[in-house]
Amino acid sequence: MIYREAGQFKSTYASDQAVFPILQDRVIAGLVLVAAVIAVPLVANEYWLQAVLIPFLIYALAALGLNLLTGYAGQVSLGTGGFMAVGAYAAFKITSAFPGLNIVVAFLLAGLAAALVGVLFGIPSLRIKGFYLAVATLAAQFFLIWLFNKVAWFTNYASSGTITAPPRRMLGIMVTGPEATAPVRYLVALGLVALFAVIAKNLVRGRVGRSWMAIRDRDIAAEIIGVRPLRTKLLAFAISSFFCGVAGAEYVFLYLGSAETLAFDINVSFLVLFMVIIGGLGSVLGSFLGAAFIVMVPILLTNAPHLLGLAMPVALQKQIELMVFGGLIVAFLIVEPHGLARLWQVAKDKLRLWPFPY
Amino acid sequence: MTLRRVMIALLVAAVVAVPLAGTVSAQAKEMFVPSLVYRTGPYAPSGTPFANGMWDYLTMLNERDGGINGVKLVVEECETQYDTKQGVECYERLKGKSGGAVAFNPLSTGITYQLIPKAGVDKIVVHSMGYGMTAASDGRWFPWVFTFPTTYWSQASSVVRYIGQQEGGLEKLKGKKIVHIYHNSPYGKEANPTLEELAQKYGFELTLLAVDHPGQEQKATWLQVRRLNPQWVYMSGWGVMNQVAVKEAAAINFPMDHFIGNWWSASEADVIPAGDGAKGYKGATFHAPGTAFKVHADIVKFVYDKGKNIGPKDKIGEALYNRGVVNAMYMTEVFRTAMAKFGNKPLTTEQVRWGYEHLNLTEARLDQVGLKGFTHAVKVTCEDHEGSGPVLIQQWDGKKWNVVSEWIPPMKEVVRPKLEAAAIEEGKKLGYTARDCSKEN
Amino acid sequence: MLDLLHAVLVAPFKDMAGSPTFLVEVLIGGLAAGLMYSLVALGFVLIYKASGVFNFAQGVMVLFAALTLVGLIERGAPLVVALALTTAVMVALAFAIERVVLRPLVNQEQIILFMATIGLNFFLEGFGEFAWGSDVKKLDVGIPDTSFMVWGVQVNRLELTAAITAAVLVAIMAVFFQRTRVGRALRAVADDHEAALSIGIPLNTIWIVVWSVAGLVAIVAGIMWGAKSGVQFSLSLIALKALPVLILGGFTSVPGAIVGGLIIGTGEKLAEVYWGPLVGGAIENWFAYMLALAFLLVRPQGLFGEKIIERV
Repeated sequence: MIYREAGQFKSTYASDQAVFPILQDRVIAGLVLVAAVIAVPLVANEYWLQAVLIPFLIYALAALGLNLLTGYAGQVSLGTGGFMAVGAYAAFKITSAFPGLNIVVAFLLAGLAAALVGVLFGIPSLRIKGFYLAVATLAAQFFLIWLFNKVAWFTNYASSGTITAPPRRMLGIMVTGPEATAPVRYLVALGLVALFAVIAKNLVRGRVGRSWMAIRDRDIAAEIIGVRPLRTKLLAFAISSFFCGVAGAEYVFLYLGSAETLAFDINVSFLVLFMVIIGGLGSVLGSFLGAAFIVMVPILLTNAPHLLGLAMPVALQKQIELMVFGGLIVAFLIVEPHGLARLWQVAKDKLRLWPFPY
Repeated sequence: MTLRRVMIALLVAAVVAVPLAGTVSAQAKEMFVPSLVYRTGPYAPSGTPFANGMWDYLTMLNERDGGINGVKLVVEECETQYDTKQGVECYERLKGKSGGAVAFNPLSTGITYQLIPKAGVDKIVVHSMGYGMTAASDGRWFPWVFTFPTTYWSQASSVVRYIGQQEGGLEKLKGKKIVHIYHNSPYGKEANPTLEELAQKYGFELTLLAVDHPGQEQKATWLQVRRLNPQWVYMSGWGVMNQVAVKEAAAINFPMDHFIGNWWSASEADVIPAGDGAKGYKGATFHAPGTAFKVHADIVKFVYDKGKNIGPKDKIGEALYNRGVVNAMYMTEVFRTAMAKFGNKPLTTEQVRWGYEHLNLTEARLDQVGLKGFTHAVKVTCEDHEGSGPVLIQQWDGKKWNVVSEWIPPMKEVVRPKLEAAAIEEGKKLGYTARDCSKEN
Repeated sequence: MLDLLHAVLVAPFKDMAGSPTFLVEVLIGGLAAGLMYSLVALGFVLIYKASGVFNFAQGVMVLFAALTLVGLIERGAPLVVALALTTAVMVALAFAIERVVLRPLVNQEQIILFMATIGLNFFLEGFGEFAWGSDVKKLDVGIPDTSFMVWGVQVNRLELTAAITAAVLVAIMAVFFQRTRVGRALRAVADDHEAALSIGIPLNTIWIVVWSVAGLVAIVAGIMWGAKSGVQFSLSLIALKALPVLILGGFTSVPGAIVGGLIIGTGEKLAEVYWGPLVGGAIENWFAYMLALAFLLVRPQGLFGEKIIERV
């Protein structure tokens, strides 16, 4: 009854192949987008924007990139932090060399730099598979972080050894730098992640995505039917690193404001991988759900004692938070091993038939 | 099946409940002091005593004096685990709470770098006491950031001066070998430019050895130290790197009294694993260790005896505990300075900033507070948010830290010009303009 | 350019030849460090070999074991009693893990099980700190961390003990897997869960056994590393240093863990001491991974790992 599909016919191939074939889905997606663009900046306070939504959007982009590589192409990568660092430092160098350049263009160019580095470190994937590849990408992670620590050119020889987001305007409004307000930064992040989500969705439904999935499922069979493993895998690394690079640039410019290499260390790589696995491998929506879970659940758990009126010492609170977080991860995996995206899909299928059971 | 339903119900409840991150309204005659701490996580052994010191001093003031001039201090701790992301989250959550936070002590160089740009926009003071961005000590570029009583660059110069004293004069340093072992991060590298300049000036041979984070395995570094056989080793370490370094130094039979750690590498947690091998290890500090001060007696009386403490009683007087005390003391003296001008009522952040910039802590005042001889006098001015304070050297005797030197002044003539150049660079990066101190009172 | 080539290809070797006793010290230090890494890698190998799970929580298990041991000693238990109790705790932990985490997730993909161990990692982190506090604790097992001279070369007592312990442990493991019934059952389970079930091997018992053994290995690793740096949170980060050992030796090989450890340890130290100063030092971490990567390019499943036979 909720999804009244009676009367919805498809008379063209285009409408049949639409991303949201059901009218109700289109409406809901449209409403969500409108709410996100208009309602949220008006309603949310600065804490919500700065500490919850902006990191969520940035991590969602990084998770999207990693999902393309790990979920669709099957190459487990733990170098996400390193690629994000490449994006951040490249964006910093580009925008300090060309201050007049639009900052979003700088982000995209930084993404290209990250893509090149990603291709370089993806070359071993032709020989190494599975968890071995994951650990090999850690080499990329550690090396890149060491490089940015060592070579002072990347930070423009700053005495502090950190990169700072310089004040930049777009259409007259301050977008990065200390003066940029949280709603503006939120909208830029939202715009970028929505754009890239659309691109990703189309990629995975097209020839490229299918070749990735073929490599993931049976790479020898794929090779036999004509999918070139070299090109496919390197393309996956390139596009995934592009996304991660843009996310890294956003991480410094739109969220932190200034960063040292420790902000991109191994924990970030693990965190993004967790988001992808919890959200659902091989699902664009899953990247968003996973990012929401990993970003918001710790914050919820931190604030829970306040909400419940309990006064706990902070150390105990943090320890319980960790235990509950770990427990929740295991519980969710037991309930739905294929991630939150699959939970959502099952729910949607049930809703489509509701009130009938099948 | 039931588990599934439970999890889905939890998920829905969470989505509904999250928007309720509420705020508490302000009370009259109170000032809200947030305390960013790390009592858990990899740096908890260092963060816990600091947090306890801060908490104890502020609680003691509340209990003994009813606050500061009748204004009570509401202290709330927020756990950051020394993680930048969580630090930002704590800052955003607490900055507007209960009428607004009056100042922030980030307690982490990484978090400080995030908060420095925000301090000017949100107009809240960031006091990065002896850590953070050294360049921010130039108050003309960073009016909202304070680094007193001293910074890493000044500390490095003081340590070199101390080494000179031990060798019989700074001229005697010529030809000697000094090794700087540092944590491979911007924090660890802070002292390097100053040391390099001093090496050129005084003719000693400086070797810089980086230790990768987290520093659990330092065999290669200490083998190199053994080969170089330097006269002195200076360390800018943090966390487990300190403990392993002290152990490795003891294991290669390096003379521990020629091994000086900076003020974040010389606490009780750093020497415990090495046991007896750590005897003689030296460290820099800007306050005395121990409990021989009236403030500590008051803390025991008004906080521990009343059961309002968080930490254990036997840890009072540890190096990092006292650091928390001195941080809290600076903050409360600033409040008093500001109240002397603006009246005995809850202060605004602008007034607090004025207080920070006009802090003049004299020896007489320290005596009144109950900390005679605990730390050095500090005077903050518009240009000088560092106070350019001197440094003490303390030594571990196996049971406790003892002060083994006089106050060693930094080499201002070396440090200040570099600092001003760095401030211009960092300030311009953020799009700031320098203010003119002569135009302000 | 020629300078650069000379500095990279010639000078370090001249340096090595110039002071051979120092070279021996570096080698010994590297071998010892490598064996310490192997201790941790062994835990990973055991669990992967027998249940196909890459146990992300192994580092935290090392920390937890060390914390429990030190906590019990601090509360007055003599060393032997504390060891026995810690063993009991780790076995109980294995029971709990098998029941709560592994049994509901039987037959899931590797990456899902990996994620479950990540949840376990967070849980044990919080629980360990909750139960035993977050201070640095000194672990004293009666072995002094001092050095003595052998033929002009400095050797550290603690490292020597750790090396010998690691070697003995690996020998025991190798015998266990090859010669005993339980070992054979473990290898069968690693090969194919369902086939093992169908011939009557009790999967759950096997998992409990293997996680308990991994727990014991964690205790030993915890003791060795805890004695070196004090028992604290950073102990769990040792797992990251053990990963290159794993990939070089192969995820499923016990002797691989040792050989991998030796290679990584020596390679790391040689690189740091002789080539490190050229680029400013601190190259150990990524060099270990690069070295492992280089070996992987030649043998994609590690030196001793099981060759994966690909079928269409």
